[in-house]
Amino acid sequence: MVTANVSDQDLLDRLQRAAFDYFLHETNPTNGLVSDTTRQGAPASIAVVGFALATYPIAVERGWITREEAAARIGVTLSFFWNSSQGEQSDATGYKGFYYHFLDLQTGKRTWTSELSLMDTALLLAGVLTAGIYFTEISQSENEIRELADALYRRIDWPWAQDDKSSLTQGWKPESGFLHYGWEGYNEAILLYVLALGSPTHPLPSISYPAWTSTYQWENIYGHDVLYAGPLFIHQFSHAWIDFRGIRDRFMREKRSDYFENSRKATYLQREYARRNPHNFKGYDQDCWGFTAGDGPCVSTVGDDGKDRQCSGYIARGVPFGPDDGTISPSAALASLPFEPAIALAAVRHYLTRYPDIVKEGRLPSGFNPTFSGRGTYGWISEGHFGLDQGIIVLMIENYRSQLVWKLMRECPYIKKGLQRAGFRGGWL
Amino acid sequence: MQSQLLPPPSLPEIHDRSTLLEEPTSTAWHNPRPAHQYNLVILGGGPAGIMAARSAAVLGAKVALIERNRLGGTCLNTGCIPSKAILRTSSLYADMRNAEKFGAQVPKDIKVDFAAVMARMRHIRARLGSRASAEALSTLGIDVYYSAGCFTARNSVAVDGQILRFKKALIATGARPLAPAVPGLNETGYLTHENVFDLTECPPRLLVIGGGPLGCELGQAFCRLGSKVTIVEKEPMFLSQEERDAAQILSGALARDGIDVRLNTDAVAVRKQGNEQFVDLVSDDYRSTVVVDQILVGIGRAPNVENLNLEAVGVKYSCDSGVKVNDFLQTTNSRIYAAGDVCLEHKFMHFEDASARLVVHNALFWGRERLSALTIPWCTYTDPEIAHVGLYVTEAIRKCIPVKTFTVPMHDVDRAIADGEEEGFVKIHVKEGSDKILGATVVARHAGEMINDITLAIGSRLGMDALARVIHPYPTQAAAIKMAADSYRRTRLTSTRKWLLRRWLAC
Repeated sequence: MVTANVSDQDLLDRLQRAAFDYFLHETNPTNGLVSDTTRQGAPASIAVVGFALATYPIAVERGWITREEAAARIGVTLSFFWNSSQGEQSDATGYKGFYYHFLDLQTGKRTWTSELSLMDTALLLAGVLTAGIYFTEISQSENEIRELADALYRRIDWPWAQDDKSSLTQGWKPESGFLHYGWEGYNEAILLYVLALGSPTHPLPSISYPAWTSTYQWENIYGHDVLYAGPLFIHQFSHAWIDFRGIRDRFMREKRSDYFENSRKATYLQREYARRNPHNFKGYDQDCWGFTAGDGPCVSTVGDDGKDRQCSGYIARGVPFGPDDGTISPSAALASLPFEPAIALAAVRHYLTRYPDIVKEGRLPSGFNPTFSGRGTYGWISEGHFGLDQGIIVLMIENYRSQLVWKLMRECPYIKKGLQRAGFRGGWL
Repeated sequence: MQSQLLPPPSLPEIHDRSTLLEEPTSTAWHNPRPAHQYNLVILGGGPAGIMAARSAAVLGAKVALIERNRLGGTCLNTGCIPSKAILRTSSLYADMRNAEKFGAQVPKDIKVDFAAVMARMRHIRARLGSRASAEALSTLGIDVYYSAGCFTARNSVAVDGQILRFKKALIATGARPLAPAVPGLNETGYLTHENVFDLTECPPRLLVIGGGPLGCELGQAFCRLGSKVTIVEKEPMFLSQEERDAAQILSGALARDGIDVRLNTDAVAVRKQGNEQFVDLVSDDYRSTVVVDQILVGIGRAPNVENLNLEAVGVKYSCDSGVKVNDFLQTTNSRIYAAGDVCLEHKFMHFEDASARLVVHNALFWGRERLSALTIPWCTYTDPEIAHVGLYVTEAIRKCIPVKTFTVPMHDVDRAIADGEEEGFVKIHVKEGSDKILGATVVARHAGEMINDITLAIGSRLGMDALARVIHPYPTQAAAIKMAADSYRRTRLTSTRKWLLRRWLAC
């Protein structure tokens, strides 16, 4: 992709459109499920479905797809989820209103012995509610979208997922019960808690949110005061839907900050870490960063520099304490566009100029690693594309350009109620 | 996974342990005739008991020290000292294998001489043990009794058929390893810290059950000495009480060493086939079996409260938490105190030491020193080391103390970069709106040394301003502490202050 004489707007338009095309091409039209990646045999990911649902309003507004076609696609998806099997059996689609992380793309049944995932269900429902808010016309298809969106949300039994504890567990498996992993420390679960607190049918008790935020750590790192979390996606995913500018929960009121500002600082930390490059990986500098959950090499333990290097595959990389294996996720920089557009754009232009091989079908890969050898001239590049990356790119570019998703979700009564019950005040609330 | 109190079975091929020891045993000692009355009778000759005996004797007290097995207790014989000795050798081997990272050539054909490693450990143990010998203690005027003792009345103890009368007594009987109730484990046999240092050969394959300090330290050491090590920990993180970043850095370090890290995993069955041990593991719905040559268990320690006749003298205790004491380390019998692992939640040698001194002061001199007033750091001596003092952030939040952490990654510290030891951080937790230091965690190759600066600051009620004024020699890794304090001072330079300073300095 040539970028030298392309304006920022045109560049973003191209990247956003190409990212959206992922959802046009990787969706099973019979059930609306979306492939986790473009790789052969990939399952459907419910989180990617959530992002897909939220991209359709954007695509309609941008003229990439007609309203009718978008409504039809969404209708198929919501109908599938509403009618899919819910139960304790190991091959159901979901249970207690939640859904398994990965589903068979054709049958919609649980696959990969994946867990009933709270966070991925939250991302799915965020997309569902976005669709419900956008499609407001009086027509059979749009009426059905609103009804199903509401019904899917109301069905979820959030308190069940607490497993008799104050805060939420991460998931459940029919074979072994609730996962032992909790949500300690700041992470992407704000969206999850907001949805769970806002439920009109099965809300979480208010105490569950401060039970989680009591595990936060407010740190001064590289000269910035920040609510700390290493991987950048933690600072981005909830923001894809919720406009955190100017609204504050108790924690942020005490710290005189907000989550939007915090994400800006987290972006600075990424840049500072890359500038330092403590492990001396190739390519890192102040315009080449992006340490988040993404694909990475796992083909050799010797880098091109001849040094013994550990490789990790798909993991959540973070700063400043790692893990860091030299892999950069370009979507991470793009997704920081609303927080700090200048440095995000500088990073994107740097990738496209310095590492043009990484772009395929106009899209950025999940990760690239100049320290390891691979199919590209400039090192290892992740094969294919990942739906989560493309989804966050579409939404965050749009929030930067028009704030569309933020505006839509500000009108969602469940989001508002959830934020208020979590203790958020001020700003647009 | 439930735990149980069982003595570990002996290794079937173990030599006469006395040949592995270089210090004299109890069989060579003759117990003295008891004095008419002792100021202090101490049950237990481990670090707490010995420290109390020495402290009291030096001050002129008549002291009796009763030990049923070996003076020096766990720390000297089967804990801190032997483990640190082999940790040192193991880290040397790791550095040799990583020589290229330091600009050096990796030696050809690195071979671990396990016998030499253990011989060095035993020599060090014997050298340090001489300070804790019965002869050395006797020269201080301490009456040493080698035998099991128990209370016979509120002011007397029976030992070796004799009665010792006391004004005050100290229970310092320590603790012993817990073992998980895993079917087949007892039958197949396993190692604990009590017998792992008796090994004469490095196990080719070692399973470590327990991702606490012992399991992580020895697991890493044995891996570096040539074992293929698997560590099984039932929690989602190692060192579950530590900061999450610390645990994650450690997890990464152990994996880089080649250890098979199995978090969120339980060992559920063990069986032996020939000389091999087959261990079934479960992690949520994932089941697997590992085949190993030895199993090392490190899931905690239980206080030695049995056979002391505590009930008869009104000393309350529990088998889980040990002897019940108040903040002055006094038991429910006002003449009897307790110190060390038998009553403390945190079983560290230096804590035993401090508690013993406190008991001597309180028991013999009407002192009112409180255990809660002590500033006790601790350290897990993995590579990198993880050290902590004071409050964790979650503890501060539970106490409704607003807290801010000043973090300095070691990759920002010049000496750490020069040393090639950049893994880790210094995190100092400060009460917001003040410079009061609430606590700190250090992860670094020398964290155990570095934590002392901050321990001194907390214990002496010095804040971040004072730490920032401490001049550290350059370059040192401990300078990271000053860097954190300097970060604090920079945050005090508010925009208003900057404006005022600019006005002052304007020409």
